[in-house]
Amino acid sequence: MLNITNLHARIGEHEILKGLNLHIPPGEVHAIMGPNGSGKSTLASVLAGREDYEVTAGAVDFDGVDLLELEVTDRARAGLFLAFQYPVEIPGVSNMNFLRAALNGKREYQGLEPIGGRAFLELVQERSAWVQLDGRLKNRSVNEGFSGGEKKRNEIFQMAMLEPKLAILDETDSGLDIDALRIVSEGVNRMRSADRSFLVITHYQRLLDYIVPDRVHVLFDGVIVESGPKELALELEEKGYDWIKERVQ
Amino acid sequence: MAYDKKNEVLEAWTQQSYAYGFSTDIETDKAPPGLSESIVRFISAKKEEPEWLLEWRLEALRAWVGMEEPVWPHLDYKHPDFQAISYYAAPKSRPKLNSLDEVDPELRKTMDRLGISLEEQKRLQGVAVDFVMDSVSVATSFKEKLGELGIIFCSMSEAVKEHPDLVRKYLGSVVPVRDNFYSALNSAVFTDGSFCYIPPGVRCPMELSTYFRINEAGTGQFERTLVVADRGSYVSYLEGCTAPQRDENQLHAAVVELIALDDAEIKYSTVQNWYPGDAEGKGGVFNFVTKRGICHDRAKISWTQVETGSAVTWKYPSCILKGDDSVGEFYSVAVTNHMQQADTGTKMIHLGKNTSSTIVSKGISAGRSHNSYRGLVQMMPSAENARNFSQCDSLLMTSTSGAHTFPYIDVRNPTARVEHEATTSKIAEDQIFYCLQRGIDEEQAISLIVNGYAKEVLNKLPMEFAVEATKLLSISLEGSVG
Repeated sequence: MLNITNLHARIGEHEILKGLNLHIPPGEVHAIMGPNGSGKSTLASVLAGREDYEVTAGAVDFDGVDLLELEVTDRARAGLFLAFQYPVEIPGVSNMNFLRAALNGKREYQGLEPIGGRAFLELVQERSAWVQLDGRLKNRSVNEGFSGGEKKRNEIFQMAMLEPKLAILDETDSGLDIDALRIVSEGVNRMRSADRSFLVITHYQRLLDYIVPDRVHVLFDGVIVESGPKELALELEEKGYDWIKERVQ
Repeated sequence: MAYDKKNEVLEAWTQQSYAYGFSTDIETDKAPPGLSESIVRFISAKKEEPEWLLEWRLEALRAWVGMEEPVWPHLDYKHPDFQAISYYAAPKSRPKLNSLDEVDPELRKTMDRLGISLEEQKRLQGVAVDFVMDSVSVATSFKEKLGELGIIFCSMSEAVKEHPDLVRKYLGSVVPVRDNFYSALNSAVFTDGSFCYIPPGVRCPMELSTYFRINEAGTGQFERTLVVADRGSYVSYLEGCTAPQRDENQLHAAVVELIALDDAEIKYSTVQNWYPGDAEGKGGVFNFVTKRGICHDRAKISWTQVETGSAVTWKYPSCILKGDDSVGEFYSVAVTNHMQQADTGTKMIHLGKNTSSTIVSKGISAGRSHNSYRGLVQMMPSAENARNFSQCDSLLMTSTSGAHTFPYIDVRNPTARVEHEATTSKIAEDQIFYCLQRGIDEEQAISLIVNGYAKEVLNKLPMEFAVEATKLLSISLEGSVG
């Protein structure tokens, strides 16, 4: 699904990703952990196509296409979804209009007709229930006046609506209480399937109790320095990152 | 106006009245350039006006000659040479085109995207239309229906002839001839406009639009509008249209007066899309408009405007809240792009007790444009318990554009309450990126964000107008983020 080879990226003069390699087969959930400043969020931004970052070397194959060649919009339409660490508020734009525009953009890309009003509402009913997002929130402006937990649930709701091939969750657990964490995780688990992959970026092992990964990678100073089964996350929780730092240096 | 310039005008004025005397040939179709007493007499004679109106025009002219062009707006433009303008040309129909194929393709593209029907496009561009489909027949049945209710809706020229008492009573009653430089000019030389009267207790059943006025033979650059809503009546009036309007006249100075008698309500909506000039600002329309309404007891006047056109806009639709418990509202979206300049806002003058006013202004600046909000909230000593709420927001699309806010607050009654909120924001890269990441293309993303920003105002427009205005905003700002 996703194959990253020797990826180098920088912001301004500052190189952040320094030859990153990562392979996520279809249907798998991979977690990326690592200390602050190791490049986790940069990786998410580079994959989504944020302009501030410049890719200086490397290749990213996304389900058979050269991801780096695609515009941001086309990456999304081709099935890449980023659940933002800090979801953005768009005052005056209703969540429903926003989602419908997004969904129809994707359908246009796939050569499909725009979704009918009724079919859309039915889909909204079904998918919003997955993350217990009530009607009040659905009809408000995009993320405006939402609590931290509501914003994250809205991200997962959007993901459920757009049915991506690859979902990147950028510290989706940050700022969530236990109940919200459970609701968000259940939404994600419900989306797991043989043809959908996840890249879960997190600081804490806690999230991985709920969303159990197939592989765990440790990112340090712009490269993956350690990969292993889900137990690796427990080890990190227990020992911290210092032993990895020492080993690398 | 500089001293020399003023002298020049004075001289021209005095000389011209001799040069042409009172014998200007009444048969000619176009007045020679320049403004003088004889020109005003010529216009009035051409229009077969009563003596009182001629006197009124002359008073305006005398006032104008002693006035100076305002320099206080935050606007920079080449001031028009008022003696180079011809102030009267016989109404002439635009050249008839045989089909829409003869219309400027750029203009057609915009109209298609605004969703304007083919028939409507033909009407707007002066293409000869099939007689059965002609808007004239629509307008005739429309007029009959209004007539049954006693509603008068006609051109100003017609009103002067058919309803002289009403016109004489109300013309200049809200915007006196001496009010300001441009209104004085308009009063002296206006050639036509619209008149509307709603009888007591009548609720006008449809939106009144200049579209439906039969004798639509180019109201010209000095338009005069007078709307009178008698006791307990209601009217919603639409002005302008979303289709781009080109005009050979660079200077436009219209005057609009609204009178809402006791318990009456007037809703006045404008979409202004005059030619803004090219990307360098050349050739655009100068729009200097005076709009004001007066509210008697428990009356309400609501101004809603969407301004996207013109090279220079100078416009402050205002309310005089004279009656107790009267209400004034101003909702505005002003978009400037490229080299456009807008200095617009409102004045809310509170005189009556328990009067209230609401101001919501949304400025959007793109390109290298400048967009200013200028507003006055005045609570006079008699305005017990008056209230005002103002919200002035500015959205910058580029780092080369400017947004300015000049709020004036004058409170002379201790029981009055005035609230003012203002924000300035730059369109956030984060918001655009968020939309793009969800698969929404950039053009649509900007359209969503801008329309979301302006929603509060767009919601105040009548339904059909709102749909077109929404598209218009997006088109006006295409490719303008930077």
